[in-house]
Amino acid sequence: MDSATALTLARAQFGLNIAFHILFPSLTIGLAWILVFFRAKYARSGDETWLAAYRIWTKVFALSFAMGVVSGITMSFQFGTNWPGFMNRVGNIAGPLLAYEVLTAFFLEATFLGVMLFGMNRVPGWVHQAATVLVALGTSLSAFWILALSSWMQTPAGHVIADGVLVAGDWLRVIFNPSFPYRFTHMMLASGLVASFVVSGLSAWRLLLAPGDAAARRSLRTGVLIAAALAPLQIVIGDLHGLNTLEHQPAKIAAMETIWKTEKGAPLVLFALPDEDRQRNDFAIQVPKGASLVLKHDPDAEVKGLDAFAPDVPPVAPLFFGFRVMVGLGLLMLFVAWAGVWLTRRGALPPRGFLWVFAGFTFSGWVATLAGWMVTEMGRQPWLVTGVLRTADAVGQISEAQLGASLTAYGATYALMLLAYIVVVTHLAGGGAGPRAPSEPMAKGAAA
Amino acid sequence: MSFDLPLVFMFLMGVAILAYVVLDGYDLGVGMLLPAGDAEEQDVMVAAIAPFWDANETWLVLGVGLILVAFPLAHGIIFGALYLPTVAMLIGLMLRGVAFEFRVKAQGWHRELWNWLFYFGSFLASLAQGFMLGRYVTGFQPGFGYLVYALLVGGGLCGGYVLLGATWLVLRTEGALQRKALGWARWGLWWVALGVALVSAATPLVSGIVWEKWFDFPRTSALMLLPIASVAAGIWVWKSSGRLARGERIPEWAPFVGALAIFVLAFIGLAYTMFPYIVMDRLTIWEAAAHPSALKAVLIGAAVVLPFIVAYTAFSYRIFRGKARAGMYE
Repeated sequence: MDSATALTLARAQFGLNIAFHILFPSLTIGLAWILVFFRAKYARSGDETWLAAYRIWTKVFALSFAMGVVSGITMSFQFGTNWPGFMNRVGNIAGPLLAYEVLTAFFLEATFLGVMLFGMNRVPGWVHQAATVLVALGTSLSAFWILALSSWMQTPAGHVIADGVLVAGDWLRVIFNPSFPYRFTHMMLASGLVASFVVSGLSAWRLLLAPGDAAARRSLRTGVLIAAALAPLQIVIGDLHGLNTLEHQPAKIAAMETIWKTEKGAPLVLFALPDEDRQRNDFAIQVPKGASLVLKHDPDAEVKGLDAFAPDVPPVAPLFFGFRVMVGLGLLMLFVAWAGVWLTRRGALPPRGFLWVFAGFTFSGWVATLAGWMVTEMGRQPWLVTGVLRTADAVGQISEAQLGASLTAYGATYALMLLAYIVVVTHLAGGGAGPRAPSEPMAKGAAA
Repeated sequence: MSFDLPLVFMFLMGVAILAYVVLDGYDLGVGMLLPAGDAEEQDVMVAAIAPFWDANETWLVLGVGLILVAFPLAHGIIFGALYLPTVAMLIGLMLRGVAFEFRVKAQGWHRELWNWLFYFGSFLASLAQGFMLGRYVTGFQPGFGYLVYALLVGGGLCGGYVLLGATWLVLRTEGALQRKALGWARWGLWWVALGVALVSAATPLVSGIVWEKWFDFPRTSALMLLPIASVAAGIWVWKSSGRLARGERIPEWAPFVGALAIFVLAFIGLAYTMFPYIVMDRLTIWEAAAHPSALKAVLIGAAVVLPFIVAYTAFSYRIFRGKARAGMYE
């Protein structure tokens, strides 16, 4: 077996699964809290428009949640099959973090989702509201644990060697490792942005078809307000996250900024075609001394280049472009969100052209999130756990044929699911909340 | 006080996997029975499991997660050897899981497609799980005979899930559908009996270890309590579903409890067969166990959180007690 090919296939397969999976949690974490808001608004005002908004977005949530659940189960098997070296070396740290995610988050969200979706006319209003909050809490708790593990793999801390393996010396330091606060906040804000753009985008789509839909107008307004508030916050947090990465993983920053050689007064590269073989940029457009200024807040400061970390450096081109896609899209999203706040002021209906823009930005958060994750995960290479375990040393013995077959099967299944998802979500949004089925009378006091 | 941590975790893992098999077993069974109902009945059948399936499936994540956390060496060996059937099971579970949503939200022929995928996904996942079990108890030995054996176990487990699903429907439905479900339950019982007979006949041929463990006098006489009790549970299911079909006033949960008993007894038998190995004849639970510090960390969390999980699961079943109706859960 060619181990290099097997490694590539194992990574491709894991990457495909995790990229497909993250689409749905990144939406549901944020959307769950938007549902809490709609539900509370309805409970306070008794206004049916809020209920209509709650109902339509609950449908989108339920579908997205199911997609996240089924694609997430795959992960619990692949940790062991694709990366047995990972569990052997750091399983005593990764394992408990994953176990806590299952115990504290998965059961909570799955159980109360049933109550939230099907229990509205079976339980008192306050219980239904509490169920909605518990689902949101579950999704956020899940993010907490998995981000703790992901951050620990980037910036490990709090572990000791005992009996020849890595074990936790101090669980608090393991969980609250140096990059965790930045990564967790960055991801929670990203989820808020994904959800708010999906809500405003699909509402805009609905308004293009039915301009009079009051629930869609409220949803659009809610979506743009949240996006407009979170987008600038995300830029600040993103910058802090970057400085944290510079401190703990300078090679990643060097690759993101294509700083090939250590230099004083390093330029900020806006665009270039990185050439990894010759270690240089072609067609570079750059700001002199920009990188030193941005990273060190001093135009003449020395910035470590990739040559200082060779040979343990991540691939340059995917990081360089991935980072620019994320930042560029983030800035566009900020502009669109602020324009949206202005255009929907005092209940106004934005012109159709702008509705098309919002609709076009529906899944922009997904693209930015995937680009960001690609930067941070590929930026950790060649390490699986920085300084502790190399990816190549963790790969398992699954044959290329099996990996290839399963990669194809997963790819086909995911393509079918994603296609069906986008068709159905667009259709759901386009059709609005619709008339309530006569068999579903609201229970007395459900609004309480 | 000191615990034998690997033993504690073997127990926890067993409980999680048994909970998964029983709980998602009735979901998967209902899924496999879906083509047997007409369009309106299918909506009721799905409504009877819709509020629970997601939490039920979480027990699989916990069970597999506990193997991963507590016995990392075994996780790599087991799921490495079962790589392709695991992929088949996961794809089945994916299709089944999203079909809950798609079958009510899609339009036109898409709706029919997702109904079919609901059935296909349930069947694929069940067959794959049984196949994996068959491979697991025979220590993943290569050879055609072992594959046939694993397929037999797969077919048998499908019958067991159909039995669970049918008896669950007896509990959760009424009228014509309930009468149909009573028939399905008896049909499922025959299927299970045939599966058990074939697997029992084949076991001595494929696995000396299993044979020796079960036919070692005088231990055998005590062990025979398990199959005898299973037969009694089977008769209980047969009798109680017959009495319900004749309209006698006995509890509607009686057949389901009987089916449950069959699964629990089979699981105890399986646990006896495997112990103390986690990989048959190769790796014991003590050899495969993770570092005590990791096990302790998880045990504390499990001790604190599991009572809450059990409590709110019970709360959820209480909320959704009674008969399921079409349209109620859209």
